[in-house]
Amino acid sequence: MASALLFDRLQFAFTVTFHYLFPQLTIGLALLLLYLRTRALVSGDDHYHQVALFWTKIFALSFAFGVVTGIPLEFQFGTNWAKFSNFAGGVIGQTLAMEGLFAFFLESSFLGILLFGEGRFSQRVQWAASLMLFLGSWLSGYFILATNAWMQHPVAYTVAPDGRLFVDSLSGLLTNPYLVWQFAHNMTAAVVTASFVMAAIGSFYLLSGLHVKYAKTFLRTGVVAGAIATALMIFPTGHENARQVFEHQPVKGAAFEGLFKTERGAGMVLIGQPNIETMTIDNPLVVPDALSLVLFDELYATVKGLDAFPRTEWPDNIALLYYAYHVMTMLGTMLVSVMGLALLWLWRGRLFTTNWLLWLLMLSAPFPYIATTAGWMTAELGRQPWLVYGLLRTADGVSPLVHSGNALFTLLGYLGIYLGLGLLFLFLMAEIIRHGPADSFPESAKP
Amino acid sequence: METFWYIAVTLMLALYVVLDGFDFGVGIVYGFVAKNETDRRSALAAIGPIWNGNEVWLIAAGGLLFFAFPKAYSAGFSGFYLALHLVLWLLIARGLALELRSHVDHALWRQFWDVAFSGASLLLAVVFGVALGNLIRGVPLNSEGYFFVALWTDFMTGPEPGILDWFTILMGATSAAILAMHGANFLAMKTEGQLRDRARRAAWLTGSTVIILVGLALISVPFVQPLFYLNYAAHPIGYIFPALNIATLVSALLIRRRNWDGGAFSATSLVILTMLASTAWGSYPNILIATNDPANSLTVTNATAGVYGMQIGLWWFLVGFLLLIGYQACAHQAFRGKVKLGAH
Ligand code: HDD
Ligand code: HEM
Ligand code: HEM
Repeated sequence: MASALLFDRLQFAFTVTFHYLFPQLTIGLALLLLYLRTRALVSGDDHYHQVALFWTKIFALSFAFGVVTGIPLEFQFGTNWAKFSNFAGGVIGQTLAMEGLFAFFLESSFLGILLFGEGRFSQRVQWAASLMLFLGSWLSGYFILATNAWMQHPVAYTVAPDGRLFVDSLSGLLTNPYLVWQFAHNMTAAVVTASFVMAAIGSFYLLSGLHVKYAKTFLRTGVVAGAIATALMIFPTGHENARQVFEHQPVKGAAFEGLFKTERGAGMVLIGQPNIETMTIDNPLVVPDALSLVLFDELYATVKGLDAFPRTEWPDNIALLYYAYHVMTMLGTMLVSVMGLALLWLWRGRLFTTNWLLWLLMLSAPFPYIATTAGWMTAELGRQPWLVYGLLRTADGVSPLVHSGNALFTLLGYLGIYLGLGLLFLFLMAEIIRHGPADSFPESAKP
Repeated sequence: METFWYIAVTLMLALYVVLDGFDFGVGIVYGFVAKNETDRRSALAAIGPIWNGNEVWLIAAGGLLFFAFPKAYSAGFSGFYLALHLVLWLLIARGLALELRSHVDHALWRQFWDVAFSGASLLLAVVFGVALGNLIRGVPLNSEGYFFVALWTDFMTGPEPGILDWFTILMGATSAAILAMHGANFLAMKTEGQLRDRARRAAWLTGSTVIILVGLALISVPFVQPLFYLNYAAHPIGYIFPALNIATLVSALLIRRRNWDGGAFSATSLVILTMLASTAWGSYPNILIATNDPANSLTVTNATAGVYGMQIGLWWFLVGFLLLIGYQACAHQAFRGKVKLGAH
């Protein structure tokens, strides 16, 4: 049974992480596309229209992969996590069903119009479709995060006589305090991803001397949006997320900060390797008192370390959790510096001629993806050993009759299929970049 | 309240089968009716803008089942574990085929996705029929409300059945035939010229097998699942659904003969709706019927998600349903009429 649990966990972690590589781009791009379309509509400038068309192609590609990898997730709750679904379905069934009804229909119906309607409908209609697409993808993020926030911090439920949970206030579920900052942080991260991708493709064209006019628009849009979004990542959203973790899930916080012992005036570990055996950090680089200050606005506040909690409550993979968190925050610092520099150079009118900075922007594109994945690993590994925090252990959530052979079979299946999907995506992305903007739409999209 | 949600979930699923059903049907007949690249592009353009919206009905129906009857959702999905993951993989293949075929202008690339599209569509149509067969026949639920069925055992419908047995295979074939006819009718409605003529012929040919298969299926149901028979005997008004099923099927063929494409398509849509309505009527109040001990069956009362949740759900469901009918109508309206390639 233990190994079925392992395979179920690996399968969920792998498939959801893979899925989220695509929506993070589409969620962010939906906002940038709405901006581009608005600009095209207001100014009547065909250049912005062409820019929007190019990014619609990339949006559509990422969307297609998001859709095909999203469907397995929705059904995996039932196939692999039957006891969890039975236990919590009376609550999270609400948000998952609402996501389907309110968000997915919006997105998929209007993307069809946006893609196949070019030249068939007026620009106003196309603008409205891109507004709907934006609403759809952000609502989708909202409902799925409401689901996740509830698993992190269960609210608005009652326990039925048979032990299952039922929702007792829909508004309570949708306004879960944990959700507010999680939503803000996560959606801003999506904008970070999209702006880095936009700036990177702009840099690539400019450095190669191709599509120069487009490249400059990509860079301007990407850098301005990226500078704003990366700053918001750290403050207030990242900061407030960390505070609320320490408020609601102090063990998780202690584990990802690498704080083994309860301390007054706790320091913040910047670098170092956690040593679980000795409960210390090897090769540490610590800013004294910083953690207390950041969390409680007070240099000498006491922060609970792992030793304040029984071992059965500790997350089961502290080292990975610690690294995931540190990778996220380090990359956060790096991303904001890159975008900050680029903004400064843009403002001084020198960005387009500064090759090293363009190289830096071009090569930075993968990092938001890594930061986001690391962020989710922080949130999800840190929630262990609970599946629903404080209420259901992960080990008690799996399907009782699905044995390890079945779970391994499908895990291997997903690994293989998604490897293929990943290669396919990269190949098609390269094709789109090679064709460049101002190229016509894909064949079938021509009405 | 529970009955309302039983109907709502069934309705969402039925609409899914009607809407995405024609996409599958197009996939099944695609290799036979679309002879050249222009035909293929016309056939794909007919479903291109709307197939994804159609697929969302499945996701929404799954979500709604989860919301209203979490116990049935968890039991059913974990019990049909392997079959469901197979469905998911096929859905991935079909979705990619439809989205990616036009991205690269190379004959081999297109051939690859053509085969993926047709193959996945055919298998999905069969698997959905098999799934319906399993729901009718029932599964060996334990006292906790879980089960796990092998893909096949001895191909008989006894108390320890597999996912595949003679009855569910019959249902799978029936489903593939009905959806093929439905899709061919859709294509005939959306296209012109030779492609339309071939689609009409395909609809006629599949239609004749449908009539045989549906007849066999209707005869077998009472043997496989006596409960259905008892349900109908207790509430004979329900016979209206199977009766309508046969009537719509016959009229679908008659209309087909007159070559009225829109009418034929509407008729096959009704065939699907009445077929699923007949099943839902026969099965109620069970969602999953236990083959071993009727006390283990999951019903609308023992699988529900709680009173408050179901009541509040009513509000957002009604709002959401109206909205989504709105967008779906917008999308289908926007692409109504015959497909035209290349004309800007
Ligand atoms: C571009 C990506 C990115 C960047 C630069 C950052 N984050 Fe982040 N972070 C995420 C992307 C992300 C995420 C993937 O979006 C997460 C996962 C769960 C969530 O809601 O957002 C997340 C979660 C997350 C959590 C866990 C929340 C939980 O357990 O529920 C904390 C404490 C922080 N973040 C804090 C920070 C801080 C202090 C950062 C400043 C340097 C930071 N993040 C930068
Ligand atoms: C895109 C965002 C997400 C990512 C990248 C992500 C990542 C992960 C990871 C890495 C794990 C493995 C933890 C472990 O095995 O120790 C996990 C587990 C899990 N997550 Fe998430 N998650 C995301 C969103 C969600 C959401 C929105 C939900 C709920 C609706 C969810 C529910 C679960 C469940 C059920 C498990 C399995 C149980 C477990 O091992 O904890 N996740 N996820
Ligand atoms: C356990 C977690 C998740 C489940 C069950 C899930 C489910 C799904 C499903 C079924 C689809 C396909 C919808 C369609 O056909 O249009 C989808 C796509 C999408 N998902 Fe997820 N998802 C999960 C995690 C996430 C997270 C964490 C986010 C964002 C915060 C997200 C955002 C999206 C978006 C925006 C789409 C639209 C497609 C796209 O833009 O690429 N999903 N998801």
